[in-house]
Amino acid sequence: MNIIVCLKQVPDTETQIKIASDKQSIVGDDIKWVMNPYDEFGVEEALRLREKHGGEVTVVGLGPKRVTESIRTALAMGADKGILVSDEALTGSDSLAQAKALAAAIKELPYDLIFTGQRGVDDDLGIVGATIAELLNIPQLSLVVKVEVAEDGKSIKVQRPIEGETLVITSSLPALITAQKGLNEPRYASLPGIMKAKKKPLAEKSLGDLGLNSADFGPGARKLKILELTPPPARAAGKIVEGETPQEKAAQLAKLLHEEAKVL
Amino acid sequence: MAQGVWIIAEQRDGEIRKISYELASEGRRLADALGQDLTVVLLGSTIKDKAAAFGPYGANKVLVADDSRLEPYTTDAYVSVISQLVKAHEPAVLILGASVQGKDLAGRLAARLDVAMAQDCTAFAIEGGNLVATRPIYAGKAYAKVTFENSWPQMATARPKVMRISDPDPSKSAETVDAAFTLDDAELKTKVVDVVKDESGKVDLTEADKIVSGGRGMKGPENYTILEALAQVIGASVGASRSAVDAGWRPHTDQVGQTGKVVSPNLYVACGISGAIQHLAGMSTSKVIVAINKDPDAPIFQKADYGVVADLFDLVPALTEEAKKYL
Repeated sequence: MNIIVCLKQVPDTETQIKIASDKQSIVGDDIKWVMNPYDEFGVEEALRLREKHGGEVTVVGLGPKRVTESIRTALAMGADKGILVSDEALTGSDSLAQAKALAAAIKELPYDLIFTGQRGVDDDLGIVGATIAELLNIPQLSLVVKVEVAEDGKSIKVQRPIEGETLVITSSLPALITAQKGLNEPRYASLPGIMKAKKKPLAEKSLGDLGLNSADFGPGARKLKILELTPPPARAAGKIVEGETPQEKAAQLAKLLHEEAKVL
Repeated sequence: MAQGVWIIAEQRDGEIRKISYELASEGRRLADALGQDLTVVLLGSTIKDKAAAFGPYGANKVLVADDSRLEPYTTDAYVSVISQLVKAHEPAVLILGASVQGKDLAGRLAARLDVAMAQDCTAFAIEGGNLVATRPIYAGKAYAKVTFENSWPQMATARPKVMRISDPDPSKSAETVDAAFTLDDAELKTKVVDVVKDESGKVDLTEADKIVSGGRGMKGPENYTILEALAQVIGASVGASRSAVDAGWRPHTDQVGQTGKVVSPNLYVACGISGAIQHLAGMSTSKVIVAINKDPDAPIFQKADYGVVADLFDLVPALTEEAKKYL
C-alpha cells in the first residue's frame, strides 16, 4: 500500500500565545514548534498499516524550513520518505491555498490512502483534509478512530464516533482519512530510528516546482480574512463559596446555583 | 448578487436535532441584520413533514431534499445536493452546526464551492453587508474575528449550544419547497454499514446541559462513582480531564479539552481538575463553571464562577445531598 501522511507544525500546547501589535498574527519568538498532535495519529496509523499490508509511507509537510524537523521525526518513527513543501509565498496562506499546495505535491505520488490530522491545534479549522480530498476527487472519512483495510486492498472500513453512537463506514480506495484522538497511541522514535532517519530521502518542493502560481497564495489571495486577534473574552470574576465545613460549603453552593445562577 | 441567509438543518433518524433550532434562531437574527430572507435546508428521507418545525423560528422558506439516498448522512450525497442548491439559488450566507456531521459536511462543501469557511464560531455579526465571525483559536488562548473576501456564500459553522434559541412563535409559518437536484449513484463512494449506539441513556458531552467532570484529584477510576451519583441527581453527564483518561481511569470519549471534546453546557462542575490551559480549551464557553479543588492556588479558580476550596471526597457527596432539595 502506498500511504501518504500530511503534517504541519503548531506551537506546543504549553506555549503562551501573545498577540502581535498588528493584531493579525501571534508573536513568533519563544515558540516551541511540534508536530500537530492529530497528525501524529496519522503517522502512526500509516506505519501500522504498512506493517500489516506492506508498502511505503511518505510524509508530506507544509510550512517553513523548521517543519523539516517534524518530517524527520516521522521518518524516525518509521516513515520511508519525506517531502517538504516550502516557499516564501506560502506564508499567510489560508486553508484553501495550503490544501492546493499539498494536493499538487501528492498528485505526483502514487497513493492508496492519505492521512491528515482532523484539525490543526493552532487555527482549529479542520478544513485542509477535506479540501485535499476534493481537489484529488477522492472520498474523505473524517474524525476516524479505527481503520481496517480490506484483504484485496481496494476498500477500507472505518469507525467514526458521532454524538451518542459510532458509525461504521466503508469506502473505496483511494481515500483520505482525518485522524481523531483514539485512533492509536503514537510510538516514540527509537534511537536507531533517529539515526536511520538521517539517511532517508527528504525532498523540498517550492510552488514553482509544483507548477503553481505564487499569486494564488499568501495574504493577498486569502478568502478568509483576519480582521483582528484578541485575547479570550474575560469572564466576570467568580466567588469563593464560604463555609466552615464541607457540608456548609455544599449547602451554600447548591443555594447559589439554584437562586443566583439558576442552573439547579 | 448573492442574497439570503441559509442554514443547513441537522436531523438523525428522521428527528430534527436541537442544533438546527440554534442555527435557525441565529440565522433569523443575521437575516434581519441583512434585511433578507432565511431559508432552512432540510435533507433526509420521508422528512418533509418535519419542515413545519422551522416556521416558528423565523424561517421564510424550508427547502426540502427528500431521497432515500439522503438517509443516513453521507458526505458525498449531502455535498452533491447542497452544492447544487447553492449554485442554483446563490445565498449570501451559509451556516451549519459544528457537530461531528456538520464539520465533516462543511469542510467538503466549502471545498466543492471553493469558498472560505470559518469553523466552530461562537458569535456572528453583519458588518457592511458581510458576515463577521468570531472564533476561538489556539485552543481558546486567542479569539479571531474573521470575514470573507471574494467568497460567496460566506460560510461558517456554529459551535453547538452557544447560539441562543429564540422562543418559537407558533403564529409564524414558512413556505415548504421541494428542492430540485440530481444524485448519481456513482458519486456515492462511501456507505454507512452499521450504527453502534453508545451506552444507553448516556448523553454525549457536547450535547449535555450539565457536566460533572473529574481530573487527577479523583485518585482512581473507582472514585468516579461519587461523580456519577451527583450527575444522576442533577441530570448531568460525567466528563474527565486528560490526566484521568491517560491514566486509563475513563474512556477517551469522556475527555474534555484541547485534544478531547469541546463542550458548552449550562453548568460545568470541575472536580479535582487543576485547570490546565488545554482543559480550559474544552469548556471555557460553559455558561456557569464550578471548581471544587483542595488546592486554593489551582488555576481553575481563575475561570470559575463559583469556587469551593475543599476536598472533593467530602464536598461532592455533600453537594449531592444538598442538590436533592432543589429537584
